[in-house]
Amino acid sequence: MRATPALAALVLIVLVAAAFLFSDYHLFQLTMVVVYAIAILGMTMLTGFNGQISLGHGAFYAIGAYTTGVLMTAWDVPYWATLPAAAVVCAGFGFLIGLPALRLGGLYLALTTFALAVAVPQVLKYKSFEQWTGGVQGLVIDKPDPPFGLPLSPDQWLYLFTLAIGAAIFLLVWNLARGRIGRAMMAIRDHALAAEAMGINIALLKTRTFAASAMCTGVAGSLSAIAIQFVAPDSFTVFVSITLFVGLVVGGVASIPGALFGAVFIEFIPNLADQVSKAAPGAVYGVILIACMYVMPSGVGGALARLVRRVARPGRRVG
Amino acid sequence: MMQGVLHQVISGIATGGIYASVALALVMIYQATHHVNFAQGEMATFSTYIALTLINIGLPYWIAFIGAVAISFAIGVAIERILMRPMENAPVLASVGVFVGLLLIINSLSGWLFDYTIKQFPSPFGSGTPLFGGYVSSHELGSTAVTLIVLIAVYMFFRHTRLGLGMRAAAFNPVSARLVGIQVGWMLALGWGLAAAIGAIAGMMVAPIVFLDPNMMAGILLYAFAGALLGGIDSPLGAVLGGFAVGIIENLMGAYVVGTELKLSVALIIIVCVLVVKPSGLLGRKVTSRV
Amino acid sequence: MLAPPKVPSPPNVPALPNVPALPNVPALLDVKGLRAGYGETQVLHGIDFAVAHGGVSALLGANGAGKTTTLRAICGMLRRSGDIRLDGARIDASATEDIVRRGVAHVPDGRGTFLELTVEENLRLGAYTRPADEARADIMRMFGYFPRLEQRLRQQAGTLSGGEQQMLAIARALVLRPRLLLLDEPSFGLAPLIIAEIFVILRRIRAEEGVGMLLVEQNASIALDFADQAYLLETGRIVVAGPAEDIRRDEAVRRSYLGY
Repeated sequence: MRATPALAALVLIVLVAAAFLFSDYHLFQLTMVVVYAIAILGMTMLTGFNGQISLGHGAFYAIGAYTTGVLMTAWDVPYWATLPAAAVVCAGFGFLIGLPALRLGGLYLALTTFALAVAVPQVLKYKSFEQWTGGVQGLVIDKPDPPFGLPLSPDQWLYLFTLAIGAAIFLLVWNLARGRIGRAMMAIRDHALAAEAMGINIALLKTRTFAASAMCTGVAGSLSAIAIQFVAPDSFTVFVSITLFVGLVVGGVASIPGALFGAVFIEFIPNLADQVSKAAPGAVYGVILIACMYVMPSGVGGALARLVRRVARPGRRVG
Repeated sequence: MMQGVLHQVISGIATGGIYASVALALVMIYQATHHVNFAQGEMATFSTYIALTLINIGLPYWIAFIGAVAISFAIGVAIERILMRPMENAPVLASVGVFVGLLLIINSLSGWLFDYTIKQFPSPFGSGTPLFGGYVSSHELGSTAVTLIVLIAVYMFFRHTRLGLGMRAAAFNPVSARLVGIQVGWMLALGWGLAAAIGAIAGMMVAPIVFLDPNMMAGILLYAFAGALLGGIDSPLGAVLGGFAVGIIENLMGAYVVGTELKLSVALIIIVCVLVVKPSGLLGRKVTSRV
Repeated sequence: MLAPPKVPSPPNVPALPNVPALPNVPALLDVKGLRAGYGETQVLHGIDFAVAHGGVSALLGANGAGKTTTLRAICGMLRRSGDIRLDGARIDASATEDIVRRGVAHVPDGRGTFLELTVEENLRLGAYTRPADEARADIMRMFGYFPRLEQRLRQQAGTLSGGEQQMLAIARALVLRPRLLLLDEPSFGLAPLIIAEIFVILRRIRAEEGVGMLLVEQNASIALDFADQAYLLETGRIVVAGPAEDIRRDEAVRRSYLGY
């Protein structure tokens, strides 16, 4: 789509402007939206582009968050330096999990990753790791101050920082999708046998995709730890994985802009549900989710893509 | 030492029976619809609450039991016809979204209608531990027996009745099934109903042990998934055996290797290892793709 | 979407007159103006044909002409429009299961066997719509036509040879005692000897059961040998129609349209 760079630039300008328009609490919410968008983007790469379903990405989110937490509390590493570290750690774990994932397909992979995500809180609470992970109580993280004495509040700085990282990651992923590697990933998703026959090394690419995806979601986890200033095992139950998955599906599984829509959904709809019904907010949330699936089975991204196609090619008559 | 191991194994068989029942329900829906019902656990919990309500208004246990099973069957059929039918032609991930939504709705409804306090659920088998030298409680024995009866009944239904054959046909090849006059849509609904009924029985068997609250089945669902994966998600027998195996592994791991805190993680890791070696599960069909 | 190219008339060949319906005899299956397609693609552009009671009509044509689509349209397996009558009653808006219950049995392309089930279970499924007491007798009747199936009752259907699977598919269709049998390329992928054997059995079935058949075939010679009426389908339109005997004898038509 030729309009995409212009549109993206416009969105970015609006988002930057938001830093100066909203209160600190709303900025925190927006920061979380960007964080979720990055996390979901990791899944977009893995599931949308490469066709590997993971219901356990909350695990990488947690690993990223804890890497940041541990580095900052145990070794006083500055917050921005923990990001590359988290990226490397998560990429490593992603690769490790990507290896056995090669043998599992579709449903088995989904359920196995789900099972692994469930194990995460238990491992984090494990007594032997307590000295680093802070056990059940978790770790408290200091809020970073704006650098170079810039005239911004810490929340504003954090939001802009997260936004910058997010924009960079979105750009990288967008380039990836349009390039050779992205096409190879999608070839594997659509017809693995044919892809292999064309000389694509499936095993290598799939594990690398897993690693890249884990890295992306892991960095999101790091950013979330910095924003929330707190990590604890019970913040990373399987519910995180489910929530991210909901964001992926609502946004559109193979849609890059969809990741942003999905993030908005998972950040704001639970609050909305709470306002509608104090007694059964989960039910309201579930109803809204199901309604979205009925109306937009391919997510917001899919619906938008269809709209664009219809507008771009008017009057195509069927014979 | 040996007696301790035996106790853990027998106890594992008892809990394994519950996992096996839920695993069977999962596999049934999977075979019929090629979808995993992530809301299976919540439906079972809801059914157990219904049973408790029936007991609390004065019905004798087994009448309440049958009532809860029948109502659950109806709810299962209704969910398939109303909720899942429109999703027939939607992408797989959209269906998963609907399942997650269903999970959240039922979980929330359970809490709202029946509140979040932990409740006791009666066992029809008494609470003594008289058998096998005190290693097996009468409830464990009774629930294992009930589980086995259910599993055998389901097996007989599928192998030896016309309806059971029709359901299997609809699951294997819906197009050909229509060509012999089977109403495939209703077969799916029946599959959901049966799965819901089995889930209800599993819920009522496990509630006396772990006590009833809206999140009762979450852990059990996970073990059931693990059991179904281990046995092979397209094999009902595999799911059952897998469920029992997971029960035993969980107990042994918890007692002798890692303690109760990590037994869930370890059980899962074992399952992952099995899957790496044999991806389609112990009894699953190996899918060879023709070029 | 571009209009499909006009079908050129081969030079010097008078087109045989279209026979819309058999004179004075109500047809078992009467199809008029059938249109059908998949998604946005239109495959059939309005075709007319008929099958007489106890008769055999053959639908011939090359790959992609729309033969399989026609059978699927009759059974309601895809979106279609037009006038389809079974013994005078319209079935063009009915669901597949209802059409089957009215006595239409379809042996689909690829046979549609339940590969994971046994031969016996496949046959029992054929009898799904029959009353329970008659089902047994209906299945036994099949062994008279296909003795090989009786030998392989407990075998998993997926392990049968191609010819045996075709026999199983036909047997399964017959068990429901249809008025109309739809056969989609029964000769596909089979050795000539097996094909001959199957058509001998089909002749017997036709004589003894009195069931009408609509036969779709790429193997034109064997189809024309068997059928009463023949229709030639080309890119979704019927270009030649008439008694099979006449078409078989007409060298010019055979060479232009059937390639032999």
